[in-house]
Amino acid sequence: MNGRPEGLSPEVEARPVVLEMAGVTHFFGNLRAVYNFDLVLRHGELVGLIGPNGAGKTTIFNLITGVYQATQGSIRYKDANLLGLPSHEIVQMGIARTFQNIRLFANLTVLDNVRIAYHPHAGYGLVDSVLHTKRFREKEAEMAEQAQEFLEIFGLGERRNDIAGSLPYGLQRRLEIARALAAYPRLLLLDEPAAGMNPQEIDELMDLIHFIRDRFDLTILLVEHRMRLVMNICEWITVMDFGEIIARGLPVDVRNDPHVVEAYLGRQAVDIR
Amino acid sequence: MRQRMKPSVTFFAVGLVIFVVIQVLLSVGLLNNYWRGIIFWGAAISMVALGLNLIYGFNGQFSLGQYGFYAIGAYTSADITYRWVRGDPSALVVVLVGALLTLAFYALLAVFLRRFYGVTVMTRFTLYVLVTVLAFAIAVTVGVPLLGPLFSTVLGALPTVVSQQIVFLFALLGGASLAGIASFLFGIPVLELGSDYFGIATLGFTIIIKVLLDNTDTLLPFPEMKGARGMIGIPQWTTWPWVFGSLLLVILVMRNVLHSSVGRAIVSVREDERAAELVGIDVATTKVLAFVLGSVFAGLAGGIRAHDLAFLHPQSFNFIQSFNPLIIVVFGGLSSMTGTVVTGFFWIFLLEGVLRLYLPQGFETWRMVVYPLVLLIMMLLRPEGLFGRYEIPFLRRVLPPLPVKAEPAAESAQEVSA
Repeated sequence: MNGRPEGLSPEVEARPVVLEMAGVTHFFGNLRAVYNFDLVLRHGELVGLIGPNGAGKTTIFNLITGVYQATQGSIRYKDANLLGLPSHEIVQMGIARTFQNIRLFANLTVLDNVRIAYHPHAGYGLVDSVLHTKRFREKEAEMAEQAQEFLEIFGLGERRNDIAGSLPYGLQRRLEIARALAAYPRLLLLDEPAAGMNPQEIDELMDLIHFIRDRFDLTILLVEHRMRLVMNICEWITVMDFGEIIARGLPVDVRNDPHVVEAYLGRQAVDIR
Repeated sequence: MRQRMKPSVTFFAVGLVIFVVIQVLLSVGLLNNYWRGIIFWGAAISMVALGLNLIYGFNGQFSLGQYGFYAIGAYTSADITYRWVRGDPSALVVVLVGALLTLAFYALLAVFLRRFYGVTVMTRFTLYVLVTVLAFAIAVTVGVPLLGPLFSTVLGALPTVVSQQIVFLFALLGGASLAGIASFLFGIPVLELGSDYFGIATLGFTIIIKVLLDNTDTLLPFPEMKGARGMIGIPQWTTWPWVFGSLLLVILVMRNVLHSSVGRAIVSVREDERAAELVGIDVATTKVLAFVLGSVFAGLAGGIRAHDLAFLHPQSFNFIQSFNPLIIVVFGGLSSMTGTVVTGFFWIFLLEGVLRLYLPQGFETWRMVVYPLVLLIMMLLRPEGLFGRYEIPFLRRVLPPLPVKAEPAAESAQEVSA
């Protein structure tokens, strides 16, 4: 099957497909940002997408979440066609993401950041809002409780009334993931979650990613620069360069692939080895 | 629990005191008609500015169209009561039936459109315009002959004092709903534009409304509005309870909406549209919602103002005037309801009350020199507005208290993985 590497266990290959991208091509004017991109994710996988700067990794995320419309190709989530859907509907179907440069609602509290993502699940409408009905109060309490749960997981429980923009950088990254989870995704797209983190923070992040995958039964696609993270937690990896896939495989194979080493990994991979 | 009740108790208690004090002052004649007018005007302009604060301060959509909706509310409700006191229920029936039908059609159309996907903005806009026209056509052709006599007899059977109040209520609601419908139709295509373009488009809207009002007797079939000469003969029905009640209603509705999930969605759009979209907020709908709600407030204020002044002139809704609510909102502090209300009253007190009365004869035009100066000084000394983001406790967001830690954070990821 296109979009998947060789050598995965039959148990994994038997799982249902969550995301299927086939022949996706995207142009910015005359610039070919993504060419003939295939990717198939199965339930519960933790997959990495790597490549040098400008390889088109974030563009892939933007294509999946409807920020850009693919010029060609098909993108399907479970049984639904994602092409042409507005972003908020795609998110409501169960795909959430974080951003390369953190995009929190910086002037709002930590709690509100999470509760905003919960809005589509709020379960009450404008009339309840205007009248503050019983239903409103119940749902509101339920929402606060849920949000609190997410915040506790990310160690933010104590800081929920703080302004999001005032948190230290690492916590802001965590809050962004918490906010993404509050949208109740089945597929989580993490865009460089380890950017700007020191090795110890990266270790913590790896544990956290594993933990949320198991806890919320997620499929995770990860864009990352930091080899330490990618090589350690991803089950398999797709490598892009200039918008095209140049390698795909298990971390161990990708690391030894001469194309990859040449295009991107260079000394860093050698160091890790 | 008791502690959380407290701000609302204080709020309503203070409100009641203000209500009673002003009512008594009005009743014993300590406040003459001039000051009465100032207070009522202040309340009306506060409502208009609160609406704008919802649109601009909380939703981040820079709008200059607020006076257009204010004008729609004023003229609509004035026309209803003007005709009613002259024995003609047609305006009342058309607006009420038309507005109700429109709402029903909108609901049906929204459900219908949800079954399709990829319907373009202009298609939706056209469909909504069509059903609006249809609703009002039905109201005119079927509603008036059918319900007109009914309204006349039923309301006519009641004592005049009662029927008058009921008609006034309908007139206010009618004005507010027409403003809402207009803003909805205007908002669908225009809110998709970027923020600056939206501001310019709303400015255009205000100018269009002003031109239409100048020509109500020639372009539009409303000879009683008398075009650029100004509409006279509107019954002076606005009383302090109506003014106070409307303002209170606007404050409560706005507060409740802002303190809900809908309100958080509205604010998130102001903070970061793209991020809001990517956590699943329907940005376009949220913008339209805030815009319509803000315009409804303006329409309601228009009705209150029209029935206090008993005279409407298109010149009072020209585009220079349309900056007034904007100045009030910025002056009071963007996204501070307290600031908007206080500044709204202060604004009218200063410009129309104090300065007009106490400047020497012939110096009234100096008011227009004083207020830019005040604005300038203000912008230099306190750019975030008089109140910044301050809110009185009742309007302030009550954040849930931090939970008492019963057990150590066993849930937190580090410990689980450790």
